Amino acid sequence: MSGGGARRLRMRALTVVVVASNALGNAALDWGVKGLPGGIRLAPWALARAVFNPWVGLGIGLLALWMLTRMTLLSWADLSFVLPVTSAGYVATALVGRYVFGERVAGVRWAGTALIAAGVALVSTTRERTGSAVGETD
Amino acid sequence: MTRWVLVGVVAGATIAADLLQTMEMRRHGEVRLGGGWVREAAAVLRRPYIVAAVGFMAVSFFAFLKLLSIAELSFAVPATAGSVVVETMLAKVVLKERVEARRWAGACLVACGVALLAL
Repeated sequence: MSGGGARRLRMRALTVVVVASNALGNAALDWGVKGLPGGIRLAPWALARAVFNPWVGLGIGLLALWMLTRMTLLSWADLSFVLPVTSAGYVATALVGRYVFGERVAGVRWAGTALIAAGVALVSTTRERTGSAVGETD
Repeated sequence: MTRWVLVGVVAGATIAADLLQTMEMRRHGEVRLGGGWVREAAAVLRRPYIVAAVGFMAVSFFAFLKLLSIAELSFAVPATAGSVVVETMLAKVVLKERVEARRWAGACLVACGVALLAL
């Protein structure tokens, strides 16, 4: 495999990790917050207690992984590339909302999901780095 | 009403965090995957722009938690994602990225898709 091909494969694999950790992290947070008695309040003590809920904790862990992998991706590619491509997370979140939490997803939302998927596909055909590229290898 | 105020706080803080992170990661250079990945990524967390970005992310995170407690996940996530076009503009103006037509089209498709998801 050429250097450029390996780089692109590496980029796609990391993008999948970014998208999955974001969607699953949001879902875990949603599950945890909805299970808190009386919901969540912005008072420091209430927030600290929320963090010790196992699902909220799992969500925070997954979102920490999301942050580190996304920072790595931002060191490899433009923000204007990373943003649309990682928007696949919204599609994943809609699917989790529908099939894991049983939320009703209307036809118009499936149309939105299709548009996002088309946008992601379009942007993923562009060159990922156009600005100054310190340390770029290909 | 409250939920749209929270959407604004989440979006504004997210935009600021993304710009600061991108500036710092560009200055740092490519992070290499492998044995020292977590250590290298964690070391980057101590850089000033990343510290500021984490602060904005914390604001965004707690506002998002509050939003989740009063709205469905399938409203909260797409509604806070409408900033993608604004961020693409800022990437061009502030970060001097070359945003070609396909990238604009993709960002607009994503924004339209997100708007439909929020209906």
